[in-house]
Amino acid sequence: MSGSVLFDAPGPRTKRLYAAVGVASVILVLLALWFVIDKLNEKGQLTAAKWKPFLTGEIWTEYLIPGLIGTLIAAAISVVFAMVLGILLGVGRLSTKAWIRWPCGIVVEFFRAVPVLLMMLFTFALYANYNLFPPDRLALAAVVTGLTLYNGSVVAELVRSGVYSLPKGQSEAGMAIGLTTGKSMRMILLPQAITAMMPAIVGQLVVILKDTALGYIITYEELLRKAEQIGNFTSNLLPALIVVGVIFVIMNYGVTVLAHRVERLMRRRGRSAGGPLTAEPLDQSAVGASEVLTAGDRPPAAN
Amino acid sequence: MDVISEFFSEYDGLQAFRTTIYLTLLSAVFALLIGTVVAVMRVSPVRVLQILGAAYVNIVRSTPLTLVIVFCNLGLFLQLGLSLANKDSNTFIVDNNFRLAVLGLSVYHASFVAEAIRSGVNTVPLGQAEAARAIGLPFLKTLRYVVLPQAFRGAITPLGNVLIALTKNSTVASVIGVTEASAVMKVMMEDRPDVLFIVFGIFAIGFVILTLPIGILFTSMSKRLAVKR
Repeated sequence: MSGSVLFDAPGPRTKRLYAAVGVASVILVLLALWFVIDKLNEKGQLTAAKWKPFLTGEIWTEYLIPGLIGTLIAAAISVVFAMVLGILLGVGRLSTKAWIRWPCGIVVEFFRAVPVLLMMLFTFALYANYNLFPPDRLALAAVVTGLTLYNGSVVAELVRSGVYSLPKGQSEAGMAIGLTTGKSMRMILLPQAITAMMPAIVGQLVVILKDTALGYIITYEELLRKAEQIGNFTSNLLPALIVVGVIFVIMNYGVTVLAHRVERLMRRRGRSAGGPLTAEPLDQSAVGASEVLTAGDRPPAAN
Repeated sequence: MDVISEFFSEYDGLQAFRTTIYLTLLSAVFALLIGTVVAVMRVSPVRVLQILGAAYVNIVRSTPLTLVIVFCNLGLFLQLGLSLANKDSNTFIVDNNFRLAVLGLSVYHASFVAEAIRSGVNTVPLGQAEAARAIGLPFLKTLRYVVLPQAFRGAITPLGNVLIALTKNSTVASVIGVTEASAVMKVMMEDRPDVLFIVFGIFAIGFVILTLPIGILFTSMSKRLAVKR
């Protein structure tokens, strides 16, 4: 149902009413903005001294760019590991052998139910305690582990729903030409499922990018930590937080737009027998949401 | 296994989980309120409101929760002097941090609630809204009496997902010093590095115990309350 069916085409009186509501809400927003700006001004947050540092190269080369690289490295490594883990767990969950299916199912459900922060704190303490990583890599390793375990489970559910969304004829065709279940999974179902998953996986990237900010809590040098350091260095914490927030919004909004574009592209091309999964991250949380995709519970496509 | 009894006695783990639950429930109420308003704005006939609602959802959804909560504390409180508790009270810092965390969690999750409700609105058949218009109901009454009651019932599954996410995300409140479960786990891990796995196990199971019933409850509710069509 689109918004337009919710109301009639406005007549002259209603048009005036809508215009009045529109103007009133603009005025309200402007008032709120003015209040915020006034408050910022009163606290001396709008002086040139607070914002000028962002025009100097030093803030960018010493803080923001290294922070951005930290965020992107953690996200990139996690994406790769999460894909590998997710495909293994997802295929394991679809296995015909109960002794593979059950443990994979328990692992997936467990890591989807536990907050990512808890996993990061635990692996950070674990790695530190047993000296598993050099001290300067410790935080990165913990961030990547936490993100991989959680997002790997989400990807596993995506794989499962991707395979379920394929028509039954696909695996039957595999059987008919004499492939084993493993081979038909690898050669027929999985390639199509992964194609169908692409929009959802790109959407999941937003969750991973946002969750790297949890690294702040375990001293990982990412954007948010760098913002705090800028605040200490030039005593303009609030502007630094705002700038970092804008960087995050631009990055994540860009990825969201990309995910929708991939989804549209795949709908047009229709290379997979099942339709593409939606680009909305199943699990919509920073720390990761847990339930996701309805996809796992979706009945096989009816064709 | 004395670490388990220490969890209950010395560290007062139950109190920590109680804080987690309070954080979750309070934020859930506010997030539902803000989210409903934003969702109504997005489907309203006034263009400005549509744009504002969409902007809220897109901006907040793209911001990390950690940043939102740190901003509430460092930005709103320390820099701008916004405090949400009575300054003279001797529990001022604890109360203020807790309420700032609720503020951050509510604002953040409201964007997901708004999207969930909008998806619920999409489950309502066209004819319902058309019937409401046919008997002359204006926009707000159409929403209030016809569309939203059905939309909420259609949005129960996504709303349940948001609540589960919120429960887990409440751990981020530890970043501004709220002593909820993850903060207590961190302290326990620092004190007892010899039993890391048991400590993690206790807290992980705590969260499984919290989130599992929510999932079951919302699944059964979505079946029971689904509008029969």
